Amino acid sequence: MNENLERFQYLLNKALDEALTNSERIEFEQLISTSKEFQDEWNSLKKIKEISSTMKFKNPPEELWDKYWLGIYARLERGVAWILISIGTSILLIYGGFKLIESIIEDPTLTWFLKIAILAIIIGFVLLVVSVIRERFFLRKSDKYKDIKR
Amino acid sequence: MMNATDKENELLIKAKNGDKNAYGEIVKNYMRRAYFAALSIVGSSEDAVDLSQEAFIKAYRALKKFDQEKKFYTWYYSILRNLCLNFLRNKKRHATNFSEIYDLLESSKDENQDTENMIERNETRKIVWEAIWKLSPEDREIITAKDIVNASYEEIAELLQIPTGTVMSRLYYARKRLKKIIEQSI
Repeated sequence: MNENLERFQYLLNKALDEALTNSERIEFEQLISTSKEFQDEWNSLKKIKEISSTMKFKNPPEELWDKYWLGIYARLERGVAWILISIGTSILLIYGGFKLIESIIEDPTLTWFLKIAILAIIIGFVLLVVSVIRERFFLRKSDKYKDIKR
Repeated sequence: MMNATDKENELLIKAKNGDKNAYGEIVKNYMRRAYFAALSIVGSSEDAVDLSQEAFIKAYRALKKFDQEKKFYTWYYSILRNLCLNFLRNKKRHATNFSEIYDLLESSKDENQDTENMIERNETRKIVWEAIWKLSPEDREIITAKDIVNASYEEIAELLQIPTGTVMSRLYYARKRLKKIIEQSI
């Protein structure tokens, strides 16, 4: 980049933000007096800055701050509740599945090939679920792009 | 006597050990700053509250990984910023609600100005404010941080985790793009 332009950008920002030192102010004034382009840019950005510096975000109602932490606390607690519900549901599902397989094996009214077919479907389904969970888990652990915003 | 940093470090150690009330103290110290930071990126008060709270929750869950040699707010801000930018990316097809963003702005009160000047001034403010919301979130973030929040270059550099020189250069180009949008809308 042109060195003059780079210096102009630096000084222009500082001039807009009223952060120039005395020597920088003299340098900046000299710089804009040598170029109409620099002068025009300074004038137009100064006008915008004059307006934008008067802007201020409205303060939200005070009640918001009173409830702010309570909202976070409630959401943190709900997270724990979801973990407990998930653990309980998983245990019930595993136990139910075990009992289902047990009842199929012990059922004297079912022929052996029906038992094999039903068990094959159940085992296949379980393998599928485990495989998907494992893939997601390992992918998440080893995906070096996981923090990149896509 | 204990200074603010020591007190915060003590609260962080307690929070890392699961003390939610200690974390509550940290949240209360930064909630206003966090809300306005989110607001300047997403432009909706409701979403700013929701996202800044979500970032505090994520920070709490990841607190064990936080290096206490660094500043808590800088680390928290990187979580908040990513959340806000992802939020905008997911809703990018929805146009900015300009009636809502005008409501975010404190009205201008200058008793030395006559009515005509006031109207003209408000109209110009409206054009500039609308142009700010037409910028990319990254440009808007740096312009609001400097011009509206009045943060120093060093503070912005620390928050965005970039060198001060890069802040100056990004600010320059953001201001140029803002100027271009204003010129197009006049």
